Amino acid sequence: MSGLAERATTVDLLALGDDALIAAQRLAEWVSRAPTLEEDVALANIALDQLGAARMLLATAGDEDELAYRRDDRGFRNCLLAELPLGPGRGDLDFGWTMTWLLMLSAAQLLRYTDLAAGADEHAAGIGAKAVKESTYHLDHATQWMLRLGGGTEQSHRRVQEALDGLWPYGHELAEGIRDRWLALVEPVLAEAGLTRPADRWRPDGGRAGRHTEHLSFLLAEMQSLHRAHPGAQW
Amino acid sequence: MPGVAGAERLLGEVEEAEAALREAAERELDGEASFDAVIAADQKIEPRDAMPDAYRAGLIRQIAQHAHSEIIGMQPEGNWISRAPSLRRKAILLAKVQDEAGHGLYLYAAAETLGVSRQELDTALLTGKQKYSSIFNYPTLSWADMGAIGWLVDGAAIVNQVPLCRCSYGPYARAMIRVCKEESFHQRQGYQSLYVLAQGTPAQRAMAQDAVDRWWYPSLAMFGPPDADSTHSAQSMAWKVKRFSNDELRQRFVDMCVPQAEILGLTLPDPDLTWNEQRGHYDYTAPDFEELMRVVKGDGPCNRQRMAHRNRAHEEGAWVREAAAAYAEKNRKAVA
Repeated sequence: MSGLAERATTVDLLALGDDALIAAQRLAEWVSRAPTLEEDVALANIALDQLGAARMLLATAGDEDELAYRRDDRGFRNCLLAELPLGPGRGDLDFGWTMTWLLMLSAAQLLRYTDLAAGADEHAAGIGAKAVKESTYHLDHATQWMLRLGGGTEQSHRRVQEALDGLWPYGHELAEGIRDRWLALVEPVLAEAGLTRPADRWRPDGGRAGRHTEHLSFLLAEMQSLHRAHPGAQW
Repeated sequence: MPGVAGAERLLGEVEEAEAALREAAERELDGEASFDAVIAADQKIEPRDAMPDAYRAGLIRQIAQHAHSEIIGMQPEGNWISRAPSLRRKAILLAKVQDEAGHGLYLYAAAETLGVSRQELDTALLTGKQKYSSIFNYPTLSWADMGAIGWLVDGAAIVNQVPLCRCSYGPYARAMIRVCKEESFHQRQGYQSLYVLAQGTPAQRAMAQDAVDRWWYPSLAMFGPPDADSTHSAQSMAWKVKRFSNDELRQRFVDMCVPQAEILGLTLPDPDLTWNEQRGHYDYTAPDFEELMRVVKGDGPCNRQRMAHRNRAHEEGAWVREAAAAYAEKNRKAVA
């Protein structure tokens, strides 16, 4: 990193990269636990896309493994939504929460990658262009499931509405600066799924400045444990 | 980084089987050839062909067990995705476990061509009515287990499965060609990962040796009981489902592994492993088949854990599957 202008770009890329990395780590929790085998394949695929994007983005800011494994939670720039458990509490894994989370996240990623692809930095634009295609698929996957869960059974409707109510506040930080465009992607899906868009009240934030929820340090403790136990080792 | 000696030869056999499959499809048999004539002519039996009930039942059992193994096999390796020590290794492992789900999917599809439903197969796994490979009832205790599983477990699977690319049942043979090609990538990445550990720090090297010590005999047991005790083998050979005996395949695997272990600089945990000039093969200590039978019967280190995990995932996903079905039904009515 040299020069202020360059740093400004890198900080954005690092935040995007951290979003993707932490999202990949969360999504991979679904491996061997999805509701159907087809969905197991799909979720692993989305996790792989997130990880791939994270690696390209982190590499623009430094060494990918240094950044992923040697920073403490205060050094991570991901939004709070990315690190939340994919269920109501720590250790929970709920499909309704996961699809709501993916809808919110992938809509924001799609917009940010689209902007990246249109930017002046050729290298970053290339990363953005590749990631746009993947985010489009992620958003579509989440959308299809929101429609099924919202319009499926009484139970599925209730569960996905609860997830939406729980996650919605984190959309403020997630879509900071792109709020209107983000709502234009997300609200029609909620309407078609027959879900109630929650009111805007609480706006938790701090992730971009390295002030995270209690959940991130647990996620990192697991992710970084082996790497940190063998300083300097090659893998 | 050296290649996996011997693996290229096996991949060559997969390519040959694929060519033979195409050639067989072009050779026409006269009209309604009988099952025996098709088998004798090395042609493929296809789903609509008449076949003996025992042939059908045996294939369902074998393909289902193979598919279930892919599904349960996701657990021991999935165990290390969250802790993979580099992002590159994390991506490789995640892709590999995803492949296993994919293999499960097309093997289930192959079994379905024999007239059994996905739901029946799921139930048979969840209730323990059908088995999966016992190797997945051993725990993955360190990162090096990812390398050892790739090298030894996937290696043994390939030795077992390459002959199945020539199996007489068409859909199974075709599925196996695809599976074997991907498995060979899995084995290579495992071997490469283990090689890096073996050349690494003393702690990494110790981790690699410990993993090989723990996975060697369970891998040898993957070829099943000794020929004398194998219950399904003779008929299976006559029907050209199976092409080599358990002990023949086990020997083939041992002969492949010894030079590979030398390149790794790791020791296979068998002091009696010696080249037998007369036989042209390595002599080796057989795995503990009593242990194998205990694990098959449900008393391995992780049987209960693996089954509980699968059942829990199935139960926790029930509301999602119900929602998808209800939504599809509403849409069908709306269209009608």
